[in-house]
Amino acid sequence: MTDQHIPVTEDELHAYVDNELPAERRGDVEAWLATHPDDAARVQSWRSMAEALHARYDSVIDEAVPKRLEIERLERQPRKWVYGAIAATLAAFVFGGGVGWMARGAAAAPSALQNFTLEALEAHRLYVVEVRHPVEVPGSERAHLQAWLTKRCGWIVRAPELTPAGLKLVGGRLLPGPGGPASFMMYESASGERFTIYTAKSEAEAAQMRFSSQGNESALFWADRGVAYVVVSSVGDRSRLTQIAQSVYDQMDKIEKTGG
Amino acid sequence: MTAFRQSVEAMIPALRRYARALARDADIADDLVQDTLVRALRSERLFLGGDVRSWLYTILTNLNKNRRRSLARRPQFMPLLDNNPDASGTEAEGRDIARALSTLVEEQRSVLLLVMLEGLSYREVADIQGVPIGTVMSRLARARAHVKASLEGERAALRRVK
Repeated sequence: MTDQHIPVTEDELHAYVDNELPAERRGDVEAWLATHPDDAARVQSWRSMAEALHARYDSVIDEAVPKRLEIERLERQPRKWVYGAIAATLAAFVFGGGVGWMARGAAAAPSALQNFTLEALEAHRLYVVEVRHPVEVPGSERAHLQAWLTKRCGWIVRAPELTPAGLKLVGGRLLPGPGGPASFMMYESASGERFTIYTAKSEAEAAQMRFSSQGNESALFWADRGVAYVVVSSVGDRSRLTQIAQSVYDQMDKIEKTGG
Repeated sequence: MTAFRQSVEAMIPALRRYARALARDADIADDLVQDTLVRALRSERLFLGGDVRSWLYTILTNLNKNRRRSLARRPQFMPLLDNNPDASGTEAEGRDIARALSTLVEEQRSVLLLVMLEGLSYREVADIQGVPIGTVMSRLARARAHVKASLEGERAALRRVK
Protein backbone atom coordinates (compact mmCIF):
# COMPACT_ATOMS: atom_id res chain seq x y z
CA MET A 1 0.00 0.00 0.00
CA THR A 2 1.32 3.42 -0.84
CA ASP A 3 0.10 6.78 0.21
CA GLN A 4 -0.66 9.31 -2.48
CA HIS A 5 0.21 12.04 -0.07
CA ILE A 6 3.84 11.00 -0.22
CA PRO A 7 5.22 13.55 -2.68
CA VAL A 8 6.19 12.15 -6.06
CA THR A 9 9.91 12.55 -6.72
CA GLU A 10 11.52 13.43 -10.03
CA ASP A 11 12.97 9.93 -10.20
CA GLU A 12 9.46 8.56 -9.97
CA LEU A 13 8.29 10.79 -12.80
CA HIS A 14 11.04 9.39 -15.03
CA ALA A 15 10.31 5.86 -13.92
CA TYR A 16 6.63 6.45 -14.63
CA VAL A 17 7.32 7.55 -18.22
CA ASP A 18 9.72 4.65 -18.75
CA ASN A 19 7.38 2.02 -17.30
CA GLU A 20 9.82 1.30 -14.52
CA LEU A 21 7.50 2.31 -11.70
CA PRO A 22 5.98 -0.39 -9.49
CA ALA A 23 2.37 -0.92 -10.58
CA GLU A 24 0.95 0.07 -7.19
CA ARG A 25 2.53 3.51 -7.38
CA ARG A 26 1.28 4.42 -10.86
CA GLY A 27 -2.12 5.53 -9.63
CA ASP A 28 -0.48 7.85 -7.11
CA VAL A 29 1.67 9.43 -9.79
CA GLU A 30 -1.31 9.90 -12.08
CA ALA A 31 -3.25 11.58 -9.27
CA TRP A 32 -0.22 13.76 -8.54
CA LEU A 33 0.09 14.83 -12.19
CA ALA A 34 -3.58 15.81 -12.26
CA THR A 35 -2.90 18.41 -9.59
CA HIS A 36 0.64 19.44 -10.55
CA PRO A 37 0.58 20.99 -14.03
CA ASP A 38 4.31 21.73 -14.08
CA ASP A 39 5.18 18.10 -13.55
CA ALA A 40 2.50 17.05 -16.03
CA ALA A 41 4.06 19.37 -18.61
CA ARG A 42 7.49 17.88 -17.99
CA VAL A 43 6.19 14.36 -18.38
CA GLN A 44 4.48 15.43 -21.59
CA SER A 45 7.70 16.98 -22.89
CA TRP A 46 9.58 13.73 -22.29
CA ARG A 47 6.94 11.83 -24.19
CA SER A 48 7.17 14.19 -27.15
CA MET A 49 10.95 13.87 -26.98
CA ALA A 50 10.62 10.10 -27.33
CA GLU A 51 8.24 10.58 -30.25
CA ALA A 52 10.67 12.96 -31.93
CA LEU A 53 13.49 10.43 -31.50
CA HIS A 54 11.44 7.69 -33.06
CA ALA A 55 10.25 9.97 -35.85
CA ARG A 56 13.84 10.86 -36.61
CA TYR A 57 15.54 7.47 -36.33
CA ASP A 58 13.00 4.69 -36.83
CA SER A 59 13.37 4.96 -40.58
CA VAL A 60 16.85 3.41 -40.17
CA ILE A 61 15.14 0.18 -39.11
CA ASP A 62 13.40 -0.06 -42.47
CA GLU A 63 16.50 0.64 -44.54
CA ALA A 64 17.97 -2.30 -46.40
CA VAL A 65 20.95 -3.57 -44.43
CA PRO A 66 24.13 -2.62 -46.33
CA LYS A 67 25.99 -5.53 -47.89
CA ARG A 68 29.02 -5.01 -45.71
CA LEU A 69 26.93 -5.75 -42.62
CA GLU A 70 25.60 -9.08 -43.84
CA ILE A 71 26.50 -11.85 -41.43
CA GLU A 72 27.44 -14.29 -44.19
CA ARG A 73 29.83 -11.78 -45.66
CA LEU A 74 31.38 -10.91 -42.30
CA GLU A 75 31.96 -14.57 -41.64
CA ARG A 76 33.41 -15.30 -45.04
CA GLN A 77 35.84 -12.39 -44.93
CA PRO A 78 35.54 -11.50 -41.33
CA ARG A 79 38.52 -9.27 -40.92
CA LYS A 80 39.04 -7.45 -44.16
CA TRP A 81 38.23 -4.14 -42.49
CA VAL A 82 41.58 -4.15 -40.75
CA TYR A 83 43.36 -3.59 -44.01
CA GLY A 84 41.16 -0.65 -44.83
CA ALA A 85 43.55 1.96 -43.57
CA ILE A 86 46.61 0.67 -45.39
CA ALA A 87 45.62 1.71 -48.87
CA ALA A 88 44.57 5.09 -47.57
CA THR A 89 47.75 5.70 -45.59
CA LEU A 90 50.00 4.47 -48.38
CA ALA A 91 48.19 6.73 -50.79
CA ALA A 92 48.59 9.62 -48.37
CA PHE A 93 52.30 8.84 -48.22
CA VAL A 94 52.75 8.67 -51.95
CA PHE A 95 50.72 11.76 -52.74
CA GLY A 96 51.69 13.70 -49.68
CA GLY A 97 55.34 12.95 -50.22
CA GLY A 98 55.89 13.34 -46.51
CA VAL A 99 57.83 11.24 -44.08
CA GLY A 100 56.75 10.54 -40.54
CA TRP A 101 53.59 9.59 -38.79
CA MET A 102 51.05 8.92 -41.43
CA ALA A 103 48.43 8.47 -38.81
CA ARG A 104 48.75 12.06 -37.72
CA GLY A 105 45.80 14.10 -38.84
CA ALA A 106 44.02 11.10 -40.28
CA ALA A 107 42.18 8.80 -37.93
CA ALA A 108 44.49 9.38 -35.00
CA ALA A 109 46.24 6.24 -33.82
CA PRO A 110 46.38 5.67 -30.11
CA SER A 111 49.64 7.18 -28.96
CA ALA A 112 50.51 3.99 -27.05
CA LEU A 113 50.62 2.18 -30.35
CA GLN A 114 52.94 4.83 -31.71
CA ASN A 115 55.21 4.29 -28.72
CA PHE A 116 55.35 0.58 -29.49
CA THR A 117 56.21 1.41 -33.05
CA LEU A 118 59.09 3.62 -31.94
CA GLU A 119 60.36 0.82 -29.70
CA ALA A 120 60.05 -1.65 -32.54
CA LEU A 121 61.98 0.63 -34.88
CA GLU A 122 64.71 1.03 -32.25
CA ALA A 123 64.97 -2.71 -31.73
CA HIS A 124 65.03 -3.28 -35.45
CA ARG A 125 67.88 -0.82 -35.95
CA LEU A 126 69.80 -2.21 -33.00
CA TYR A 127 69.66 -5.90 -33.86
CA VAL A 128 69.32 -6.03 -37.60
CA VAL A 129 72.98 -5.06 -38.05
CA GLU A 130 74.14 -7.86 -35.72
CA VAL A 131 75.84 -10.60 -37.63
CA ARG A 132 76.79 -13.04 -34.87
CA HIS A 133 74.17 -12.42 -32.18
CA PRO A 134 71.04 -11.01 -33.74
CA VAL A 135 68.78 -13.23 -31.61
CA GLU A 136 68.72 -15.09 -28.31
CA VAL A 137 66.96 -18.22 -29.56
CA PRO A 138 67.73 -19.36 -33.11
CA GLY A 139 65.02 -20.12 -35.66
CA SER A 140 65.99 -23.77 -35.64
CA GLU A 141 64.33 -23.94 -32.20
CA ARG A 142 61.05 -22.47 -33.35
CA ALA A 143 58.78 -24.45 -31.00
CA HIS A 144 60.91 -23.58 -27.98
CA LEU A 145 61.08 -19.93 -29.03
CA GLN A 146 57.30 -19.71 -29.33
CA ALA A 147 56.61 -21.45 -26.03
CA TRP A 148 59.18 -19.37 -24.16
CA LEU A 149 58.03 -15.99 -25.52
CA THR A 150 54.37 -16.92 -24.95
CA LYS A 151 55.14 -17.79 -21.35
CA ARG A 152 57.15 -14.65 -20.67
CA CYS A 153 54.88 -12.23 -22.51
CA GLY A 154 51.51 -13.62 -21.45
CA TRP A 155 49.88 -13.62 -24.90
CA ILE A 156 50.20 -16.10 -27.71
CA VAL A 157 53.48 -15.43 -29.51
CA ARG A 158 53.96 -17.27 -32.78
CA ALA A 159 56.69 -17.09 -35.36
CA PRO A 160 54.60 -16.89 -38.54
CA GLU A 161 55.57 -19.00 -41.54
CA LEU A 162 56.93 -16.55 -44.10
CA THR A 163 58.70 -19.00 -46.39
CA PRO A 164 56.19 -18.32 -49.22
CA ALA A 165 57.34 -14.69 -49.06
CA GLY A 166 60.96 -15.84 -49.29
CA LEU A 167 61.76 -15.20 -45.62
CA LYS A 168 63.42 -17.58 -43.21
CA LEU A 169 63.13 -17.26 -39.42
CA VAL A 170 66.45 -16.13 -37.95
CA GLY A 171 65.13 -16.37 -34.38
CA GLY A 172 63.80 -14.17 -31.63
CA ARG A 173 64.40 -12.50 -28.31
CA LEU A 174 62.60 -11.05 -25.33
CA LEU A 175 62.73 -7.26 -24.96
CA PRO A 176 61.65 -4.75 -22.34
CA GLY A 177 58.73 -2.81 -23.84
CA PRO A 178 57.15 0.47 -22.71
CA GLY A 179 54.78 -1.29 -20.34
CA GLY A 180 56.15 -4.79 -19.83
CA PRO A 181 57.77 -7.51 -21.91
CA ALA A 182 57.79 -7.48 -25.69
CA SER A 183 58.63 -10.19 -28.19
CA PHE A 184 60.94 -9.63 -31.11
CA MET A 185 61.46 -11.92 -34.07
CA MET A 186 63.74 -11.59 -37.04
CA TYR A 187 63.40 -12.95 -40.56
CA GLU A 188 65.84 -12.91 -43.42
CA SER A 189 65.62 -13.34 -47.18
CA ALA A 190 68.14 -15.10 -49.37
CA SER A 191 69.53 -11.72 -50.36
CA GLY A 192 69.97 -10.70 -46.72
CA GLU A 193 67.08 -8.27 -46.31
CA ARG A 194 65.82 -8.44 -42.74
CA PHE A 195 62.29 -8.00 -41.42
CA THR A 196 61.37 -7.92 -37.75
CA ILE A 197 58.10 -8.55 -35.95
CA TYR A 198 57.55 -6.93 -32.59
CA THR A 199 54.59 -7.62 -30.28
CA ALA A 200 53.61 -5.99 -26.99
CA LYS A 201 50.56 -5.76 -24.77
CA SER A 202 48.28 -3.07 -26.19
CA GLU A 203 45.81 -0.94 -24.31
CA ALA A 204 43.58 -0.72 -27.33
CA GLU A 205 41.73 -3.95 -27.98
CA ALA A 206 42.05 -3.44 -31.72
CA ALA A 207 43.37 -0.83 -34.10
CA GLN A 208 43.49 -0.68 -37.86
CA MET A 209 46.71 -1.30 -39.67
CA ARG A 210 48.73 1.85 -40.22
CA PHE A 211 51.96 2.79 -41.91
CA SER A 212 54.82 4.77 -40.52
CA SER A 213 58.37 5.47 -41.58
CA GLN A 214 61.38 6.92 -39.90
CA GLY A 215 64.77 7.25 -41.52
CA ASN A 216 65.41 4.17 -43.63
CA GLU A 217 62.96 2.01 -41.74
CA SER A 218 59.31 1.64 -42.40
CA ALA A 219 56.73 -0.06 -40.23
CA LEU A 220 53.19 -1.34 -40.43
CA PHE A 221 51.50 -1.52 -37.07
CA TRP A 222 48.16 -2.58 -35.74
CA ALA A 223 46.52 -4.05 -32.66
CA ASP A 224 44.34 -7.09 -32.38
CA ARG A 225 42.82 -8.78 -29.34
CA GLY A 226 44.80 -6.58 -27.02
CA VAL A 227 48.17 -7.25 -28.65
CA ALA A 228 50.10 -4.63 -30.62
CA TYR A 229 52.01 -5.83 -33.68
CA VAL A 230 54.72 -3.91 -35.52
CA VAL A 231 56.36 -5.27 -38.66
CA VAL A 232 59.50 -3.33 -39.61
CA SER A 233 61.73 -3.44 -42.65
CA SER A 234 64.69 -1.46 -43.91
CA VAL A 235 63.73 -2.08 -47.50
CA GLY A 236 62.01 0.83 -49.17
CA ASP A 237 59.49 -1.44 -50.86
CA ARG A 238 56.20 -0.75 -49.14
CA SER A 239 54.15 -3.25 -51.09
CA ARG A 240 56.53 -5.98 -49.92
CA LEU A 241 56.15 -4.81 -46.32
CA THR A 242 52.38 -4.77 -46.73
CA GLN A 243 52.37 -8.28 -48.17
CA ILE A 244 54.39 -9.57 -45.22
CA ALA A 245 52.33 -7.73 -42.61
CA GLN A 246 49.14 -9.13 -44.09
CA SER A 247 50.57 -12.61 -44.01
CA VAL A 248 51.52 -12.16 -40.34
CA TYR A 249 48.09 -10.78 -39.61
CA ASP A 250 46.23 -13.61 -41.35
CA GLN A 251 48.26 -16.30 -39.61
CA MET A 252 47.77 -14.78 -36.16
CA ASP A 253 44.07 -14.40 -36.90
CA LYS A 254 43.82 -18.06 -37.83
CA ILE A 255 45.70 -19.13 -34.71
CA GLU A 256 43.45 -17.05 -32.48
CA LYS A 257 40.36 -18.46 -34.13
CA THR A 258 41.33 -22.03 -33.59
CA GLY A 259 42.30 -21.25 -30.03
CA GLY A 260 46.06 -21.48 -30.44
CA MET B 1 23.22 -20.57 -39.29
CA THR B 2 23.33 -21.13 -35.55
CA ALA B 3 20.71 -19.71 -33.19
CA PHE B 4 23.37 -17.37 -31.87
CA ARG B 5 24.07 -15.95 -35.30
CA GLN B 6 20.40 -15.63 -36.04
CA SER B 7 19.85 -13.60 -32.91
CA VAL B 8 22.82 -11.40 -33.81
CA GLU B 9 21.47 -10.90 -37.31
CA ALA B 10 18.01 -10.01 -36.04
CA MET B 11 19.55 -7.15 -34.06
CA ILE B 12 21.27 -5.43 -37.00
CA PRO B 13 18.47 -2.94 -37.81
CA ALA B 14 18.13 -1.84 -34.18
CA LEU B 15 21.90 -1.58 -33.78
CA ARG B 16 22.05 0.60 -36.87
CA ARG B 17 19.36 2.87 -35.47
CA TYR B 18 21.14 3.22 -32.14
CA ALA B 19 24.51 3.79 -33.81
CA ARG B 20 23.07 6.38 -36.19
CA ALA B 21 21.66 8.39 -33.31
CA LEU B 22 24.77 7.89 -31.21
CA ALA B 23 27.38 8.77 -33.84
CA ARG B 24 25.21 11.12 -35.93
CA ASP B 25 27.01 10.11 -39.11
CA ALA B 26 25.66 7.28 -41.22
CA ASP B 27 29.06 5.94 -42.30
CA ILE B 28 30.65 6.07 -38.87
CA ALA B 29 27.50 4.47 -37.50
CA ASP B 30 27.72 1.54 -39.89
CA ASP B 31 31.45 1.20 -39.15
CA LEU B 32 30.52 0.86 -35.50
CA VAL B 33 27.88 -1.74 -36.28
CA GLN B 34 30.30 -3.66 -38.48
CA ASP B 35 32.98 -3.70 -35.79
CA THR B 36 30.36 -4.76 -33.26
CA LEU B 37 29.23 -7.66 -35.43
CA VAL B 38 32.78 -8.78 -36.18
CA ARG B 39 33.59 -8.76 -32.50
CA ALA B 40 30.40 -10.57 -31.58
CA LEU B 41 30.89 -13.30 -34.18
CA ARG B 42 34.50 -13.69 -33.17
CA SER B 43 33.52 -14.09 -29.53
CA GLU B 44 30.73 -16.53 -30.10
CA ARG B 45 32.37 -19.18 -28.01
CA LEU B 46 32.96 -16.67 -25.20
CA PHE B 47 29.27 -15.95 -25.06
CA LEU B 48 27.80 -18.11 -22.33
CA GLY B 49 24.12 -17.55 -22.78
CA GLY B 50 22.35 -14.47 -21.47
CA ASP B 51 20.91 -11.64 -23.47
CA VAL B 52 22.48 -11.23 -26.92
CA ARG B 53 20.69 -7.91 -27.33
CA SER B 54 22.22 -6.29 -24.23
CA TRP B 55 25.58 -7.74 -25.09
CA LEU B 56 25.56 -6.23 -28.59
CA TYR B 57 24.52 -2.84 -27.25
CA THR B 58 27.37 -3.11 -24.74
CA ILE B 59 29.96 -3.80 -27.43
CA LEU B 60 28.71 -0.96 -29.59
CA THR B 61 28.60 1.49 -26.68
CA ASN B 62 32.18 0.61 -25.71
CA LEU B 63 33.48 0.81 -29.25
CA ASN B 64 31.96 4.24 -29.58
CA LYS B 65 33.53 5.31 -26.32
CA ASN B 66 36.95 4.16 -27.57
CA ARG B 67 36.41 5.91 -30.86
CA ARG B 68 35.52 9.14 -29.14
CA ARG B 69 38.47 8.84 -26.80
CA SER B 70 40.82 8.61 -29.76
CA LEU B 71 39.11 11.59 -31.33
CA ALA B 72 39.24 13.61 -28.14
CA ARG B 73 42.69 14.96 -28.86
CA ARG B 74 41.65 16.32 -32.21
CA PRO B 75 39.54 19.37 -32.92
CA GLN B 76 35.87 18.57 -33.27
CA PHE B 77 33.95 19.60 -36.33
CA MET B 78 30.27 19.93 -35.73
CA PRO B 79 28.12 19.94 -38.84
CA LEU B 80 26.27 23.21 -39.05
CA LEU B 81 23.22 21.51 -40.43
CA ASP B 82 22.23 17.90 -40.20
CA ASN B 83 21.09 17.50 -43.76
CA ASN B 84 20.48 13.82 -43.53
CA PRO B 85 17.64 13.16 -45.91
CA ASP B 86 16.32 10.11 -44.10
CA ALA B 87 14.31 12.06 -41.55
CA SER B 88 10.74 10.97 -41.55
CA GLY B 89 8.07 12.98 -39.83
CA THR B 90 8.70 16.66 -39.98
CA GLU B 91 12.23 17.21 -41.12
CA ALA B 92 12.78 20.28 -39.04
CA GLU B 93 11.85 18.43 -35.89
CA GLY B 94 14.27 15.65 -36.81
CA ARG B 95 17.03 18.19 -37.23
CA ASP B 96 16.19 19.76 -33.89
CA ILE B 97 16.35 16.50 -31.99
CA ALA B 98 19.58 15.47 -33.74
CA ARG B 99 21.17 18.78 -32.88
CA ALA B 100 19.96 18.57 -29.28
CA LEU B 101 21.50 15.08 -29.02
CA SER B 102 24.82 16.36 -30.30
CA THR B 103 25.10 18.71 -27.33
CA LEU B 104 24.93 15.88 -24.79
CA VAL B 105 27.99 14.29 -23.25
CA GLU B 106 28.63 10.75 -24.35
CA GLU B 107 27.25 8.79 -21.38
CA GLN B 108 24.10 10.87 -21.23
CA ARG B 109 23.41 10.47 -24.93
CA SER B 110 23.90 6.74 -24.66
CA VAL B 111 21.53 6.43 -21.68
CA LEU B 112 18.91 8.58 -23.31
CA LEU B 113 18.99 6.58 -26.54
CA LEU B 114 19.08 3.17 -24.91
CA VAL B 115 16.06 3.99 -22.74
CA MET B 116 13.97 6.22 -24.99
CA LEU B 117 14.80 4.90 -28.45
CA GLU B 118 15.80 1.28 -27.87
CA GLY B 119 13.42 0.66 -24.98
CA LEU B 120 15.93 -0.95 -22.62
CA SER B 121 15.28 -1.14 -18.89
CA TYR B 122 17.28 0.87 -16.36
CA ARG B 123 18.80 -2.40 -15.17
CA GLU B 124 19.99 -3.35 -18.66
CA VAL B 125 21.46 0.11 -19.25
CA ALA B 126 23.24 -0.05 -15.88
CA ASP B 127 24.84 -3.34 -16.96
CA ILE B 128 25.77 -1.95 -20.38
CA GLN B 129 27.46 1.10 -18.91
CA GLY B 130 28.83 -0.78 -15.92
CA VAL B 131 27.37 1.68 -13.40
CA PRO B 132 24.73 1.49 -10.63
CA ILE B 133 21.07 2.06 -11.53
CA GLY B 134 21.12 5.34 -9.59
CA THR B 135 23.78 6.65 -11.97
CA VAL B 136 21.70 5.64 -14.97
CA MET B 137 18.72 7.52 -13.54
CA SER B 138 20.66 10.68 -12.83
CA ARG B 139 22.26 10.60 -16.29
CA LEU B 140 18.83 10.13 -17.84
CA ALA B 141 17.35 13.01 -15.83
CA ARG B 142 20.19 15.32 -16.82
CA ALA B 143 20.01 14.26 -20.46
CA ARG B 144 16.27 14.90 -20.63
CA ALA B 145 16.58 18.29 -18.97
CA HIS B 146 19.38 19.25 -21.34
CA VAL B 147 17.60 18.12 -24.50
CA LYS B 148 14.38 19.82 -23.38
CA ALA B 149 16.22 23.08 -22.76
CA SER B 150 18.03 22.77 -26.07
CA LEU B 151 14.80 22.14 -28.02
CA GLU B 152 12.98 24.97 -26.26
CA GLY B 153 15.89 27.34 -26.72
CA GLU B 154 15.90 26.66 -30.44
CA ARG B 155 12.19 27.14 -30.83
CA ALA B 156 12.33 30.36 -28.88
CA ALA B 157 15.11 31.57 -31.14
CA LEU B 158 13.07 30.69 -34.22
CA ARG B 159 10.09 32.60 -32.93
CA ARG B 160 12.22 35.62 -32.31
CA VAL B 161 13.53 35.56 -35.84
CA LYS B 162 10.02 35.36 -37.22
